[in-house]
Amino acid sequence: MKFTELELREGIAILWLDYPGEKINKISPELVDEFDALLDELEGRSDVEGVVLASRKPDNFIAGADLDVFLKMNEPGQAKQLSRRGHAVLNRLAAFPRPVVAAIHGAALGGGLEVALACHYRVASDDPATVLALPEVRLGLLPGGGGTQRLPRLIGIQRALNMMLTGKNVYPRQALRMGLVDELFHPHGVVEAALAAVRDLNRGSKPRRPRRTLTTWVLEANPLGRKLLFKKARQMVARQTMGNYPAPFKILECVEVGMSRGMKAGLEVEARNFDQLMRTPQCKALIQLFFEINSRKKNPLADQVRPVKRVGILGAGLMGSGIAQVSATSGLEVVLKDVSLEALGRAERQIYQALDRRVRQRALLPFQRDQILSRITPVTDYHGFDRVDLVIEAVFEDLELKRRVLAEVELETGEQTIFASNTSSLPIEKLAKIASRPTQVVGMHYFSPVPRMPLLEIVVTPKTEAWVTATAYQVGVQQGKTCIVVNDGPGFYTTRILAPLLNEALLLLEEGGDIPYIDRVMRQFGFPVGPFKLMDEVGIDVGAHVSRVLAPLFAKRGVTATDAMEKLVAQGFKGRKTGKGFYLYKGKKGRREVNPAVYRLFGGRKRKRHPVEEIQNRLVLVLVNEAIHCLQDGILLSPSDGDVGAVLGLGFPPFRGGPFRYVDAEGGEAIFNRLRELEQRFGNRFTPAELLAEKVRRGESFHRR
Amino acid sequence: MASSNRPEREVVFVEGVRIPFQRSGTGYRDLTAYDLARMALKALLDRTELPAEQVDFVILGNVIQNVNNSNVARDAALAAGIPHSVPAYTVSLACISANKAITSAADLIATGQAEVAIAGGTESLTDIPIRFRKRFRQRLVESRKFRSWKDYWKLVRGLSWRDLLPEIPSISEFSTRRTMGEDCDRLAARIGVTRREQDEYALRSHQLAAKAIEEGLLDREVVPALVPPDFQPVERDNGPRPDSTLEKLQSLRPAFVKPHGTLTAGNSSFLTDGAAVTLLMSRQAAERLGYRPRAALRAYAYSAQDPFEELLLGPAYSIPRVLDRAGMTLNDIDVFELHEAFAAQVVANLKCLASRQFAQEKLGRSEPVGEIPLDKLNRWGGSLSIGHPFGATGARLVTTAVNRLTQEDGQFALVASCAAGAHGNAILLERLN
Repeated sequence: MKFTELELREGIAILWLDYPGEKINKISPELVDEFDALLDELEGRSDVEGVVLASRKPDNFIAGADLDVFLKMNEPGQAKQLSRRGHAVLNRLAAFPRPVVAAIHGAALGGGLEVALACHYRVASDDPATVLALPEVRLGLLPGGGGTQRLPRLIGIQRALNMMLTGKNVYPRQALRMGLVDELFHPHGVVEAALAAVRDLNRGSKPRRPRRTLTTWVLEANPLGRKLLFKKARQMVARQTMGNYPAPFKILECVEVGMSRGMKAGLEVEARNFDQLMRTPQCKALIQLFFEINSRKKNPLADQVRPVKRVGILGAGLMGSGIAQVSATSGLEVVLKDVSLEALGRAERQIYQALDRRVRQRALLPFQRDQILSRITPVTDYHGFDRVDLVIEAVFEDLELKRRVLAEVELETGEQTIFASNTSSLPIEKLAKIASRPTQVVGMHYFSPVPRMPLLEIVVTPKTEAWVTATAYQVGVQQGKTCIVVNDGPGFYTTRILAPLLNEALLLLEEGGDIPYIDRVMRQFGFPVGPFKLMDEVGIDVGAHVSRVLAPLFAKRGVTATDAMEKLVAQGFKGRKTGKGFYLYKGKKGRREVNPAVYRLFGGRKRKRHPVEEIQNRLVLVLVNEAIHCLQDGILLSPSDGDVGAVLGLGFPPFRGGPFRYVDAEGGEAIFNRLRELEQRFGNRFTPAELLAEKVRRGESFHRR
Repeated sequence: MASSNRPEREVVFVEGVRIPFQRSGTGYRDLTAYDLARMALKALLDRTELPAEQVDFVILGNVIQNVNNSNVARDAALAAGIPHSVPAYTVSLACISANKAITSAADLIATGQAEVAIAGGTESLTDIPIRFRKRFRQRLVESRKFRSWKDYWKLVRGLSWRDLLPEIPSISEFSTRRTMGEDCDRLAARIGVTRREQDEYALRSHQLAAKAIEEGLLDREVVPALVPPDFQPVERDNGPRPDSTLEKLQSLRPAFVKPHGTLTAGNSSFLTDGAAVTLLMSRQAAERLGYRPRAALRAYAYSAQDPFEELLLGPAYSIPRVLDRAGMTLNDIDVFELHEAFAAQVVANLKCLASRQFAQEKLGRSEPVGEIPLDKLNRWGGSLSIGHPFGATGARLVTTAVNRLTQEDGQFALVASCAAGAHGNAILLERLN
């Protein structure tokens, strides 16, 4: 046996899963074959009272399917066959004449959870490592191993849809409450508990599942209620995906068919839809992206890393406190400096509240919250900085201030201390120039809000030493961030490509464009927020500052930015923080009204609606073209850095894979031609980058597929 | 010096800090003794930059226990980032709990069982255990064995409404059933401490504390706290009343024995929340870790008397004892730090120490112990003004004594306190240069 080991204990067969050479168990076609053969053997044995499914891996049950296999599936019918094969084996498992019990400790994700669902009973460990989820939707897929059928039958349609449409993690206690697992036990005893469950089931006891509530009766147990339920669900999905993601609709279809026409019909639709989704560009892009993000968890310069135990953070504003939070949570000691105890108190309160939310969700013990908070030492002077390995400055975006801070830090810290600047646009070189240890100056560009935004852009100058980059990368990984390393320059990568998009949005506004309409059109393209909403959130003054920093760079190409943001700032419209920006921010939530004063500044009350295509082309292609410039100028080291950075940092539509995948998908030539066309209409800001022209000439794509 | 049991290793005081003391129900309203201890421990580590893994023991005093933290020292140490491999325990000896923590740590260091220890105490008198009465408690305990819902009516059967009223602990002596204020009022009358003497002493305490704060003399020991859940900074003690006058104090009504008592809210210490800790090391460890030892712990003594008559006379017994051990007299001492439970208690102890009769009848010595000059006593205020978190006060006294030695260029300091159960403690410190 290659993947499994069979142990007979007290008349019960324990099937130990142990994928050779991997830290995790995953489902591959060979494993399915082996499993099938094992079922043959077990069915023939009369001395086996039941089966327990367990994992030999220390912290996972089955982490999902082997995605490498998925990427190779391009022919119609291939994925369908895979799904059907899975159905056949799991149906056999479900129909096994004696009890089959899953003993789950660690992750049971995707196909792994589907295996558990086909068992007759599930015991899970109450350990934090144990998570259950069907995350296929996040890869543009659906659970193709019977999940769309067995999950709603086990826990009800509404809960099942919630799990499958969001792909969210379910933790042990929650899983027990919703009936996803039947029993919880401590991690060292799940197999024993599963053995006991086999004996109980043989004695005729039935698993106790949560009772149906009135709403489930009304909405799920009759055709009329179900019809309403699915209609509502479709409306919600349509609103949230804006039609960009086909997978949620396919999932809804599978569940609806299965619940009205039976399991067999449901499985049939599931296999067909699985096949269709597998071949969508969305699915391919999302899986590629998944791989690219995952590969960045490993530090490419791991052998050069120097240990970081203590981090000094300058500035306890939103950024500084966010960085302090992720640092302390990841186990680093933090010295947080600001001018006043009040400012430090506000930062600590913010961190405390964020941690406390997790306490209320039972994801953290109050004691652990206290422990994390204890790792942060608030100071108003440089006390304790002599023992700091890395300083991250998050002071106001002002070069002179940052230089002063750098000079102070160099006096207060040791020879080995790294100085990282969390600027979003100022070139690191301008800072490093005055440093006495310029080789230890690096940019660590976090995104706001730091605890939620997954990207860390590490900016290196020609002088930055490799160990410094390696160490900054390691700290980022430890903080749970996905890191990209880029070369120095105004706005680095992310800020530099965002600026032209925002500029283009402002030009549309000046041409008489409609603010909410442009925002909506960009959301339809797949951005999580529209450009105007984004500027309001970031701060229009911040945007204006970035625009000034980037101006010389674009001037070299003969492109000048609009001064629309300066005009707004002059009027006191700085975005959400001042209550007025492109929108008005009054009261709590709800629909935002456009700030009428903005329209007065730019062409009056009467607005026009540009064609959707034009808006999307102008805003997206100006960004894409700039991304190609970044690759051409050596700011970016690879197209995949560019893709990961744009998706995780700027919300570039993930299903399009990033700017470079987008060009590859649309075809370099098509993009080139569209840019040329825009150039003719709107001027040289759309002149295609030389690198794009070259790629088109050579007939190359950016990615090697 | 102690001759018979001369410690093998010198125990030195490296630093002491506390969070600002707050009148109960004010600055630390939302916190428990665990939180206060955690903040004080963290403040000490930050202030001294001591790597937490160097600590060998954490010992904290605590009196009014929160049942969730029966070993509050351990819980607070872990939360403050002290490694789990460092043992931590809590001691309880009424108002000298922190003194006991400090002398225990000193013993561990002197006998070579520890090199570095943190000792101090913590107390929240805001977060006190309010319990059900015994009858109802008993039923609740029994109810854990109830099987069916029918059993549950046994829970309330025959119970009166009174039994359901909560029970708030009072600060009274278990043996005598007298509160400490009542007892001290009796003591004042017995020894002959007048109302005016008490009020004058209380006024002095408040004025000196206010002056010390104003002059920044307490900055070395007080570390500002950012207090959850609002994280508003608490920067100083809020006990001292700089605007207090003798007239105001004289106008207060008796607080414990009405109508003729002499103790008032003004000349008694108030309920306080706070925590204070000290860092103690062997002299060798201090040198190895690069710390300048500030004082050596030369000797200590405990005493215990009759709780019915001498509840608060601990210092009058423990001071001569520690002086004898060290072969010294009161004249050798430059800095006195006496715990001020009540103004009457301090004055009574001073009178006893100066009394020939007391020396002969109670201490078995022919000559009085001596006079403690007021200009050497509690010059930066005391428990009457700064406050008295029961379990923490001892660590404040030791820290202030060392800081005063430095500030006043003295050589020897004597710390003495009384405690419930009629205990006394005295600690003798010598400044090191």
